[in-house]
Amino acid sequence: MYSQFVDTGSKKVPSVEDLEGLEREFQQRVDEEITIEPRDWMPEKYRQTLIRQISQHAHSEIVGMLPEGNWITRAPNLRRKLILLAKVQDEAGHGLYLYSAAETLGAARQDLIDALHEGKAKYSSIFNYPTPTWADIGAIGWLVDGAAIVNQIPLCRCSYGPYARAMVRVCKEESFHQRQGYEIMLELSRGTAEQKRMAQEALNRWWWPCLMMFGPSDADSVHSQQSMAWKIKRHTNDELRQRFIDQTVPQAKYLGLTIPDPDLEWNEETGHYDYGEIDWDEFWNVVKGNGPCNRERVETRRRAYDDGAWVREAAQAHADKRAARARHAA
Amino acid sequence: MSDDRNRYLYVLRLADNALVLGQRLSEWIGHAPALEEEMATANVSLDLIGQAKSWLDYAAELEGEGRDADTLAFHRDVLDFHNTLLVEQPNGDYALTIARQFFFDAFHMPLLEQLARSGDPRIAEIAAKSAKEVGYHVRRSSEWIIRFGDGTDESHQRVQAAVDRLWPFTGELFSGDGLDEAMREAGIGADLAAVREQWSATVDEVFAEATLTRPEDGWMQSGGKQGEHSEHLGYLLAEMQFLPRAYPDARW
Repeated sequence: MYSQFVDTGSKKVPSVEDLEGLEREFQQRVDEEITIEPRDWMPEKYRQTLIRQISQHAHSEIVGMLPEGNWITRAPNLRRKLILLAKVQDEAGHGLYLYSAAETLGAARQDLIDALHEGKAKYSSIFNYPTPTWADIGAIGWLVDGAAIVNQIPLCRCSYGPYARAMVRVCKEESFHQRQGYEIMLELSRGTAEQKRMAQEALNRWWWPCLMMFGPSDADSVHSQQSMAWKIKRHTNDELRQRFIDQTVPQAKYLGLTIPDPDLEWNEETGHYDYGEIDWDEFWNVVKGNGPCNRERVETRRRAYDDGAWVREAAQAHADKRAARARHAA
Repeated sequence: MSDDRNRYLYVLRLADNALVLGQRLSEWIGHAPALEEEMATANVSLDLIGQAKSWLDYAAELEGEGRDADTLAFHRDVLDFHNTLLVEQPNGDYALTIARQFFFDAFHMPLLEQLARSGDPRIAEIAAKSAKEVGYHVRRSSEWIIRFGDGTDESHQRVQAAVDRLWPFTGELFSGDGLDEAMREAGIGADLAAVREQWSATVDEVFAEATLTRPEDGWMQSGGKQGEHSEHLGYLLAEMQFLPRAYPDARW
């Protein structure tokens, strides 16, 4: 999902001929689709790029629990409540896999989490939007998880083995969540006039922010080129965005809902939907911390962490006591 | 009162304990002290709400008035909820949440073990399935009581305060009334005195390891099982029931 732009540290992408020694061998392995594993040599920038990307992804899973968690206590029936609880629980699990994957690169989970709480680390801009109605839970499942899947399926073939393997597991669960989100939208759009209105308004609010999840357009993205050369990424931002739009527009039609883009139109020649211009000012503003919920999201996570400090200290103190007793007994 | 009506009310008590506690736990999600605790809390909440759904499905059948589990969960008000006062207590800090959980789990486990042998096959079946989950719950909450009690000075103080605070709500778990008595005599319900013995043994064992002091049994609060609740339940229901109440014609 959830790593909209990752600084690769590159100004331009060198070709394999320009590389020497270990760097060249590394690039050749990547080109031959041989998976890179934690103990293999890798360029420092590759390592740093992956730590940034995987930790952004992990943070997104964790911050992403909040907009949906907002509706667990208010889910409209027991089945929906159970599904939503299971989904948010899965997200915590995804966060854990991803922090583990980042740790294989030598990063410490604690440092990554500190960076999130200090507002230094990024997470997906999408989670800075609010969930004022129940329909937002449907829209998140359908659109946000839909966009995440389009982004993550190619990551299952990412050159870095631990990340690729985490993605295989994550994608299975995300597909399930996405179908459940769509089912909420279906129920609403077949429901009362008030429910239809809720569904349409949620689509209106989430459509453009979801398109922004794919990151800046290709023209602005030298970092994408480097990530593609390293086979961390397999497709450009615009390719993935187009794929998402092409698959989502018919789903909206089936719901009888209108996509809030007057320029959206099927193009016979290209075989794709043309679409209107994304508001990149809004995108950069949300990324820089000025979205509707940025402050609230980070504050909530930081408060949970700070309030929980005594709990973690108690667990540590008890573990130390047990270990000391075991040593004494031995 | 007919036998079905008695069973209906008895099953509602089981359902409402699980539902209200599951709802309380779900308030923690996104706010827990560690990622592992986010998962564990969600997991226990999920188990309890799943159990509540099974009990409510059966209660609705026993009632036989065309209501279903969702109608029972979302369209009853405070006076018709039959959970114990313990489970509707607010989350407080993590020590209070864990103490509430431990007291309930240590009661829930022997209760379900008995009900798994109930003369009512549906009750036996739901109880047997739930007992598997509750075995995990009681292990987890016991471990946290021990970590807190035998952790830092701060955690010890917090968990002792939580235990003292909640102790007056533990009596109701075992105080039987006419309904409990009738169900036990019919071979359907549990023997609460026996449940109490097991609960008490678990509490003593865990408190000993946690270096906690068991409070004196003084005055015990009660009434929840009969529909006489604290001020907390109304807010919990207002939040939980908002959507189906606001849009009574909608399906979700």
